[in-house]
Amino acid sequence: MAYKWDFGLVLSYANFWLKGLGVTLAYSVGTVLGGLIIGVVLGMLLLSRRKWVTLPIHFYVELFRCTPLLVQIVWFYYALPIVLSVELPAWLAAGLGLTLYMGAFATEIFRGGIISIDKGQWQASRALGMTNGEMMRHIILPQAIKRMVPPFVNQSIIQLKNTSLLYVVAVPDLMYTGSIVVSDTFRPLEVYTSVAAMYFAILYPLTLWAKRMEAKVDQ
Amino acid sequence: MTNNDVMVRVEGLRKSYGTVEAVRGVSLDVHRGQVVVVIGPSGCGKSTFLRCVNLLETPSAGTLQVGDRTIDFNAAHTMPRGRDLARFRARIGMVFQQFDLFPHMTALGNVMSGPMIVKKMREQEAEAIARNLLAKVGLTDFTARFPRELSGGQQQRVAIARAMAMEPELMLFDEVTSALDPELVGEVLDVMKELALEGTTMIVVTHEMAFARDVADHVVVMDAGQVVEQGPATEVLLQPKNARTVSFLARFHSTIGDRKS
Ligand SMILES: Nc1ncnc2c1ncn2[C@@H]1O[C@H](COP(=O)(O)OP(=O)(O)OP(=O)(O)O)[C@@H](O)[C@H]1O
Ligand SMILES: [Mg+2]
Repeated sequence: MAYKWDFGLVLSYANFWLKGLGVTLAYSVGTVLGGLIIGVVLGMLLLSRRKWVTLPIHFYVELFRCTPLLVQIVWFYYALPIVLSVELPAWLAAGLGLTLYMGAFATEIFRGGIISIDKGQWQASRALGMTNGEMMRHIILPQAIKRMVPPFVNQSIIQLKNTSLLYVVAVPDLMYTGSIVVSDTFRPLEVYTSVAAMYFAILYPLTLWAKRMEAKVDQ
Repeated sequence: MTNNDVMVRVEGLRKSYGTVEAVRGVSLDVHRGQVVVVIGPSGCGKSTFLRCVNLLETPSAGTLQVGDRTIDFNAAHTMPRGRDLARFRARIGMVFQQFDLFPHMTALGNVMSGPMIVKKMREQEAEAIARNLLAKVGLTDFTARFPRELSGGQQQRVAIARAMAMEPELMLFDEVTSALDPELVGEVLDVMKELALEGTTMIVVTHEMAFARDVADHVVVMDAGQVVEQGPATEVLLQPKNARTVSFLARFHSTIGDRKS
C-alpha cells in the first residue's frame, strides 16, 4: 500500500509558513542577542573574587543548564505569572525562558574564553603597568573573543533548534505553524517533512560556516 | 653610599601561600645602577621574592621601598590598588622565563604596547622608541614578525625590549634563559650584559653562574625562603662561607672556575 505524497496542499499555505519562519528566526536572533548580553555581563562578573557576586551567578547558570528547556518554558508560562502575580503573554514568558537559557550557556562560554588565556599574558600585562581595564581591552579580550566565537555560534545553532519548543505554549513559530497546517489539511507526513526540511535548510549552511570558522581559529 | 642611592630596600619580607611560607624574612638593598644576582636551589623562593618586588604577589609582612615609594605590609593596608598599583608596576620592568609576548601583536607592537596602552603615548613616538630598542637587541629585521614566527632567543629579546620601552627604574629577570635551547642562551645574556654596562639597575634570578661571576655586583644566595649568604660576586661565588652555599655551588664549579676569555 504505497502512500501518495502530495506537497501541493502544503505549499499553498506559503504565507503561513513565511510567518512561522519569521517567528522562529525572530526568537532565535532575539534570544541569542539577549543571551549574549547576559553572558558578557555575568561572565565578566564571574571573574570577581567576591563570593557574594559569583555564587548567585553560578547558581543561575547551573539552574538553567541542569533543567530541561521544555520544563523552563512551561514553568515561565504557567508558574512565573503566579509568582509575580502579573499576566505574562505567552510570547514574552517563552522568550524570557529562552533568553535566560541562552544566557546561562553564554556566561559559561564567555568565562571559559577568558580563563583559557595563559596566565603569562596576565602577569606580563600587569608587570608593564596596565590597569585591569587596559589589560582586558587590549590583551585578554582580543585573544579570548577569537576562542569564544565558535562555541557561541554552536550554541546559537542549538538555540535555533530549541525555539521549536515554543510550540507547547502556542507561539506561532515554524513548528506550531506546522501543527496548524496539519489540523487543516490532515497531511502530517508532508507537513512535518516540510518543517524538517526548512530547519535543515537554515541550519546546515550555518553549521558548515561554524565548522570553517572553528578550523580557522585552531590554526 | 648615601641613602639616595638606594633603589630598592626590602626588609623582613615574607610571603605565604596558605600554610606554605615561600619567602621567610628577606632583607636586601639594591643601589642605583647595581646588578644583583639571586641564586639558590629550585623552590627556594627566588621567583616569589622577585614577584613581591613589583607586587605581582602581595607580601604577607615586611616593608618594600622602590625609589621614593615605601610600602609597609605589617601596617594596615598600605598595599596600593587599582591605578596606583599599576603606576607602581609601570616603573619596574620584568622579564619572565616563558617570554609571555602578546601573540596577537608583532614584535614592534609588543614593544609599543607599554608606552601606548599604559603611558598613552602617540603612536609615532612609541614606534620610534620601539624601533630603537629592537635595533638595540639586534632585531631590526624582525619588527614585523609575530611571536610565533620568532625563535625563543628572539622572543626573549623582544620581551626585554618591551620591558625597557617603559624606561623602568628597575629591571627584574626571572630565569630568562631557562626555557631556551643552549645555543640561544648567549644572545640573551649579551643583551642583559649590555643593559648592565649602561647602568640599568637589575635584580636577576639565574642559574647562569658565569653570568653572575662576570656581571653581578652583588650575589644573594637563597635557601628555603631565606637569604643564607650575600656579598660581592667574587666573594660569594669563589669563597663561599655558608655550608649551604658551598653545597649548592658544588654543582656549578666547572662553570665558575672557567675564567672568561
Ligand atoms: N602560587 C603559589 N601557590 C602555592 N605555592 C606556591 C605558589 N608559588 C610558589 N609556591 C611555592 O613557594 C615555594 C617557592 O617557589 P618559587 O617559585 O618562588 O621558587 P623558585 O626558587 O623560583 O624555584 P625555581 O628555581 O624552581 O623557579 C615553592 O615551595 C612553591 O611550591
Ligand atoms: Mg622560579
